[in-house]
Amino acid sequence: MNMSRNVTTMILGVLAVLSFQVFLPASVNARTGDATSDTARSIAPYFTPATSSPKAPDADGFLQRWLILEPINKPNRTNTVFTDSYVRNTFNTEYFPNQFIAVPRDGDKVTVTGEQLVWHALDSPNFNVKLFRFAYGLYKPTYGVVFWAVTVVNSPRELKSVRMAVGSNSASMWWLNGKEAVILSGDRRMVTDDCVSKRLTLNEGRNIVRGAVINGPGLSDFCVRFIDENGDPIKDIMINLESAEK
Amino acid sequence: MKARIMTAVVHTLLSLWLSSLALAQDGEPYIHDPSTIMFCDGKYYTFGTGGGGLISDDGWTWHSGAIRPGGGLAPDVIKIGDRYYVAYASKGGGMSGGHAGAINIMWTKTLDPKSPDFGFNDNNIIATTDGIEDCDAIDPAFLLDPPNGRLWLTYGTYFGFIRIVELDPKTGLRMPDNQPLNIAIDCEATALMYRDGWYYLLGTHGTCCDGANSTYNIVVGRSKMVTGPYLDNMGINMLKGGGKHFVSASGRLIGPGHFGLLNLGDGVQKFSCHYEADLDRGGRSVLGIRPLLWKDGWPIAGDHFKEGTYEIQSERSGFALELAVDFVRMPNVRRGFGPNAHTEPVTPIAPQELADVSKNWPAGNIDIRIADFMVRPHQKWTITPVANSGGYPGSPFFKITIAGTNRALAATADSEVVAVPAFTGNPEQLWRIDQLIDGTYRIMPKAVPYSKEPLALIAVGGCTPTLAKFDPRSDKGRWNFKTP
Repeated sequence: MNMSRNVTTMILGVLAVLSFQVFLPASVNARTGDATSDTARSIAPYFTPATSSPKAPDADGFLQRWLILEPINKPNRTNTVFTDSYVRNTFNTEYFPNQFIAVPRDGDKVTVTGEQLVWHALDSPNFNVKLFRFAYGLYKPTYGVVFWAVTVVNSPRELKSVRMAVGSNSASMWWLNGKEAVILSGDRRMVTDDCVSKRLTLNEGRNIVRGAVINGPGLSDFCVRFIDENGDPIKDIMINLESAEK
Repeated sequence: MKARIMTAVVHTLLSLWLSSLALAQDGEPYIHDPSTIMFCDGKYYTFGTGGGGLISDDGWTWHSGAIRPGGGLAPDVIKIGDRYYVAYASKGGGMSGGHAGAINIMWTKTLDPKSPDFGFNDNNIIATTDGIEDCDAIDPAFLLDPPNGRLWLTYGTYFGFIRIVELDPKTGLRMPDNQPLNIAIDCEATALMYRDGWYYLLGTHGTCCDGANSTYNIVVGRSKMVTGPYLDNMGINMLKGGGKHFVSASGRLIGPGHFGLLNLGDGVQKFSCHYEADLDRGGRSVLGIRPLLWKDGWPIAGDHFKEGTYEIQSERSGFALELAVDFVRMPNVRRGFGPNAHTEPVTPIAPQELADVSKNWPAGNIDIRIADFMVRPHQKWTITPVANSGGYPGSPFFKITIAGTNRALAATADSEVVAVPAFTGNPEQLWRIDQLIDGTYRIMPKAVPYSKEPLALIAVGGCTPTLAKFDPRSDKGRWNFKTP
C-alpha cells in the first residue's frame, strides 16, 4: 500500500521533498543486501565523479557511466498518464538547444524555462542509475521531473544484431546514434531488460546513447545494457565520456 | 413478444449475476491490503488498511466487524502458539507526506472481538525507516520458517528496498543484534512462503489505488535461503527488478495485489488478495480468494471455477462420472478399412441428444457410476453456483445436474452418490469444488446425512464412485472438468 504513488498524493510527495530538504537527515548505503545507513545528504554513495579512464560495463554488462542533467520540472500527479503519445510528445519537445545532438561535458550548463541546469559526469557503483538520489543529493526536485542522460560507448569493432535493453522508473525513451531505439511507456518500475530495442548495430568506435526518463511520484532510476542474440550481455565495450569531446 | 424480451432480459441479468457470484466474494468484502486470512474460533478474519477488517462464517460471505486498533497501513497476522501476532505500519507509505515508516507488532489471544480473551497487548515498534533511506517500513508480512521455526518479517514498498528481519517467535520482538537485509526492490505488499526447500517472495508491481485503471499485479521469485537471493524464472534477481508473473487482472476483477497464503490442508491451497477494482461493485476494492496451484516449482494462480457444462473425469481411471443407465448406441455404418471403404460422400453424424436417450431413464433416483468417457448426455453435468446457500473459502456451493435436466447429484445417508429427480437445494445436493495444487479438483458435498465427517467424491474402484475421506496422496479423489 502506498499512499504517495497513487493519483491523489503528488502534493504529499512535494511535502515530503520539502521536509527532506529542511531536516537534512541520513541517507543510506546503496549497496544491495546490506541495509546499513550513512548520515550525509549528497549524491554519494550513489555516484562518484566520472574519471578520464575508460570504464568497462559491470559484470552483467550494465553501463554505469553517464552524463546526467539536473532534473527539469515536469509536474505530474500520477504516472498513469505516460501513454506512448505522451512520452513521445514530451521527449520530442526541445527543452534546451542541441538537446538531441549535443554530447555535453561535465559542468556544462543549459537553461530550461529560465532555470540553469548543470550536466554531471558520474559513475554509478550500482547496476542502476538512481536518478532520485541524484536529484535529492543535489537539492533538486525529485518528483514530477524529467531527466536527460547521455553516454558514449566505444566498441572495438562493428557489432551487428545487438539490442539495447532498458529498465526505468517510470517511463523513458532511448536513442542510439540519434535514432530512436526503445520506448518504455506507462507507470513502470525499473526491471532489468524490461524493454528491449529491435536489432541495432554498434559502430566501431564511438556510439552515442541518449535517454530521457520521466516520473511523477516514485523513485526514478534506470538501467541500460546491450545484449546479443542470445540475450547475453555485451561486455567488450568501453565507456569513455572524454571521447565525446573529440 | 414483450414477455419473450422480458424473459431474455431476466435470463441475461440472472446469467450475469450468477457469473459474478462465481467470481467475487459475497457480502460486503470491501478491503484494501488484506492481511493473511486467519481461522479463529470457527470464523475467518482478515484485516486491512485503516483499521478494522472482515469476518466470515464460511470464507465466502464477508462482513465488516473485525477489530484491529492502531489504524495505519497493510497489516499481517500470524498465529504462533496461543497468540495471534498482528503487524502493521503505523506511519510511512506517504502518510503525513513521507516515507519515515514504522512497523508495529502486537498480539491477542483471539481475533473474536466478542470473546473475553480479546485484547491486543505489547504494541511495539520493531522496524523503522528514517524517510530518507531507500526503504519505507510499511507492508509487513510474516513467515514462520517451517524447517526451523524461526520467525521472519519482510517489509518495504516501491520506495527503495524490500527488507527482511528476524523476530523472536516467543515475543514478536526483533532478535538481538538482528540487522535488516535487502532482498528486493520496488515491490509493494511482499509476502513469503515456503515449499519443498524453496522460499518464495511474492511482491506486487504496477499502479495502486487507481480503480479500474490500476495495473497492480503480483510477481514471485524464489531462493534456497530465506535471506535470498530471490531469482525469477529468468534468473533475474528481485534486487534487480526481477519477478515471475503470478497473477494479473481477469474478467471484471482488476488489479490483484497483496498476496496472502491460505493453506487449507489436504492438498488445497488458496491465496488471498485484494482487487483494486471489482467492476461489478462500482470499482470498489474487494477481497479475493483464489486457488493456488504449483507447476515446476513455481506457484500459479488458479481461476475461480466457472459454471458450465462438463464431463467429470476421474483422475484414477480417466473415465467419466455418469448416470447408471443403458448405453444407447449411435447410428453407425460398418465400412471396413480397405481402400474401397471411403467411396461415399462424407457427411457428419449428429451428436446424441438428451431427448434421444432420457425417455428411457428411470423416474426416481438413478445410481452413479464411472464409465468410458464417451461425451454422451448421461455424462454431461451442468454445474451452477447456488445463491444464498453459503460457501467455502473463495466460492459459493454448486449444484451439479445432468445437462438439460433438473436431475441433481446428491449424497445419500449411506455415504454413496445418486442422481435425485430434482434439485431441492438441500445440503446433500450442494457441492464444494476445490482446485488442488496440481490443477485437479476435489469434490465434496456440503453435508452427508447423518455424517459429521467431511467426505469427498472418491473413485473407490475404477468404475465405482462413493463418498469417503479424501486422501491427498491418492488419485482416487481427484477429478477433472472437461468441456464436452
